[in-house]
Amino acid sequence: MAERIAVHPQGRSLLTRVLRAVILLLLVGGVLAAATSWFSGRRAARESYDRLLLGAASDIAESIRIQNGEAMVDLPVSAFELLAQAPDDRVSYAVRGPDESLITGFDDAPRPPTERPRLTGPRFFDATMQGEKARFVEISRRFAERDFSGEVRVTVGQTLRARDAMTAQLMLEAVLPMGLAGIALLVASVLIIRSAMRPLEAIADGLATRDPYDLTPMPTENVPREVAVILEAMNRFMARLDRQFDAMRNLISDSAHQLRTPVAAIRVQAETALDAEDDACRDAALDRLVRRTRSLGTLLDQMLSRALVIHRNDSAPRQRLDLREVALDIVDSRDHEAIAPGIEVSLVIGEDAVEVLADAFSLTEAGRNLLSNALKHGAPPVRIGADRDGGEARLWVEDAGPGLPPELDGRLGERFQRSAASREDSAGIGLSIVTAVAEAFDGRIEARRGAEGFRISLVLPAAEPET
Amino acid sequence: MIRLLALLLTVATGFTLALPASAQEDRARIGAGNTVLELRSTTDVAIIRPALEAFVGQNPQLSIEYEQWGSNALYADSLAACAGEEPSADAVFSSAVHQMVALVNGACAQDYQSEATLALPSARRWRNQLWGVTEEPAVIIYNSALLAEENVPRTRFALLDLMRNTPLSLAGRIATYDIEASGLGYLFAYNDSLEATTFGAMLEGFARTQAVATCCSAEIIGAVAEGRFLLAYNVLGSYVANAAPADVGVILPEDYTLFLTRGYMIPRQARQPQAAGRLLDFLLSTQGQTILRRAGLIYAQDPEETALLPSARRAIALAPPLLVALDRSKSAQFRTLWRTAFAAIALP
Repeated sequence: MAERIAVHPQGRSLLTRVLRAVILLLLVGGVLAAATSWFSGRRAARESYDRLLLGAASDIAESIRIQNGEAMVDLPVSAFELLAQAPDDRVSYAVRGPDESLITGFDDAPRPPTERPRLTGPRFFDATMQGEKARFVEISRRFAERDFSGEVRVTVGQTLRARDAMTAQLMLEAVLPMGLAGIALLVASVLIIRSAMRPLEAIADGLATRDPYDLTPMPTENVPREVAVILEAMNRFMARLDRQFDAMRNLISDSAHQLRTPVAAIRVQAETALDAEDDACRDAALDRLVRRTRSLGTLLDQMLSRALVIHRNDSAPRQRLDLREVALDIVDSRDHEAIAPGIEVSLVIGEDAVEVLADAFSLTEAGRNLLSNALKHGAPPVRIGADRDGGEARLWVEDAGPGLPPELDGRLGERFQRSAASREDSAGIGLSIVTAVAEAFDGRIEARRGAEGFRISLVLPAAEPET
Repeated sequence: MIRLLALLLTVATGFTLALPASAQEDRARIGAGNTVLELRSTTDVAIIRPALEAFVGQNPQLSIEYEQWGSNALYADSLAACAGEEPSADAVFSSAVHQMVALVNGACAQDYQSEATLALPSARRWRNQLWGVTEEPAVIIYNSALLAEENVPRTRFALLDLMRNTPLSLAGRIATYDIEASGLGYLFAYNDSLEATTFGAMLEGFARTQAVATCCSAEIIGAVAEGRFLLAYNVLGSYVANAAPADVGVILPEDYTLFLTRGYMIPRQARQPQAAGRLLDFLLSTQGQTILRRAGLIYAQDPEETALLPSARRAIALAPPLLVALDRSKSAQFRTLWRTAFAAIALP
């Protein structure tokens, strides 16, 4: 057992979970944002510095003139001042004639990767400059002079330091505020979670310091709604536990109380039978012993049934039931023939369903007890039935007898009194079962004396018919 | 005429001239440390020596193998070293900064970064690979004994007027660097040409007065001091300050004065890059700059001393636009222009 607990360590705290989620979210978001801003920053840097390159190349192309059948370049300083806008970048340039011969510049300035002769306009391309990555542009200028005809190409290139620096700066400017916002979010979430967790911590503290036998409800004031749900569920659970404890205690003390007298009586009868001096006396004692024993059996049945009913009331789920079927089951079981042979029990039910939400076993036990009381203490004819009267459903038993003794009549609505059941074979314990069932399913017991005799009913709220 | 004069000067001073591809002109070993820092430079050993001695004094484990080169030869050597054809220096220190910019642009340098280098203004630093260590003006010098005070040109316009008004008395007595022989002369002339308004007129004036294009600061300064030249244009001020000849006046042109900053670079293949970095840091330190200032390599910035408006200072920035100066087509055109002007002198 201890090993199993060790295998299942305590779950991470909510704070850790939320923080992990937030950090993960921030990381993913941060990486995405950094990548996006890096791309857009690089594009911005590329565009702006490409423009510089193009400007410089155009300046140089402007300065080409034809002299004595040769292309001459009066290299403009302004072109290099443009390039010096990227102050730390090395530059390369070349001016080449129609026959690819170098007019001026650096011989190692690269050409665009593929020749596309029909294409006019600037061609940007990436290449290297003494092993360092660089960006180049090539533009061409067409001459159609008497002594010179063809295309002069100007290539200008620059290393990438300024572009990289600009990209990094743009990215930093985009990412830095987001990073700060992320940290703020992290701090805020820690604070919020802690404040939200405070009631839970208070509850945890309350539970930890609580007496294990204390089943009184936890206070639910000033508790967030979400937590209150848990707390109320817990309180309901504790109340049920409390009731079950009570029921168990009652059962034990009732049993002790109720069994003591009959068991003592049986012992007396048994001793009487042993001590009997003649057969007639022994037979009489034995006969009493048998009756006592049988009635003790009945009492035990009833007590067990009551305990079971009380137990089920708290634990069995409520189901939709038809009280007519309950009545029918009771009659069908033919138990009454054992209790009172020869007495006819008639079933009185209508055509309409009499539905309630309850536990079938408990209702059957309640009905059976009502019936057996009527059979034992009432007078025939005995009838059992179920009907519906407005919002109430009834399971009733009727007989022609005088009804309950008046001292019990007034206490029908009360909780079962132990003293009422002190006499074995009494109606008290049976009624206590009915009372418990009525209580459990929000109903009551109703007794009425009418022209046809005494009718006792278990009244429960009727279930709305299913649509 | 130019060649003749150059030849005369060569004979007179015993210097080898007009041989840009020749090897170093001078060499010196400074310090006795075991780690040898090989420094190739265009600066005269005598001028830079105090700074280097102070450096090895602080770093006794180092010694400096100092080689003095002509700027064009040094450029050719550095290119060869960059291509792996020659053993590389550990540091290159040249006044021909357009060549230095070209070397850096050709990925021949390596990065170095320190507090001192980062403190440099942007015009004196490029890519953390090239640093301007000095500040030297291009000046007009004149023989104060021969040129009357009222005729001393304080601006280029005054010089132009002088050349226009008295061409005969100035004939053959104005000197400037020969841009074909001197990388520095080319750099100054090229930068002047960017200030196009005066440059064309200046060339025209040189032609009218049959000016002499010659080589080498020391010779020009000496000739002005001796009175063979009345006036010399675009002479590096630091050399004048070092020679400190009598009867030579110095003018920082008030319309604008070019300021050169010598470029320091650590080649990619340097074997002692840390030592080279340390030397750079020393040269840029307060102590190093004080020594350089004393050597005349940093012009005093006190406005009272220089009488030069800050707006007239034109620093030659270490930046890609200097690449234009080395452009094949551009320099060919520029040299043609120059040659035409000076050929006009030689012909009549």
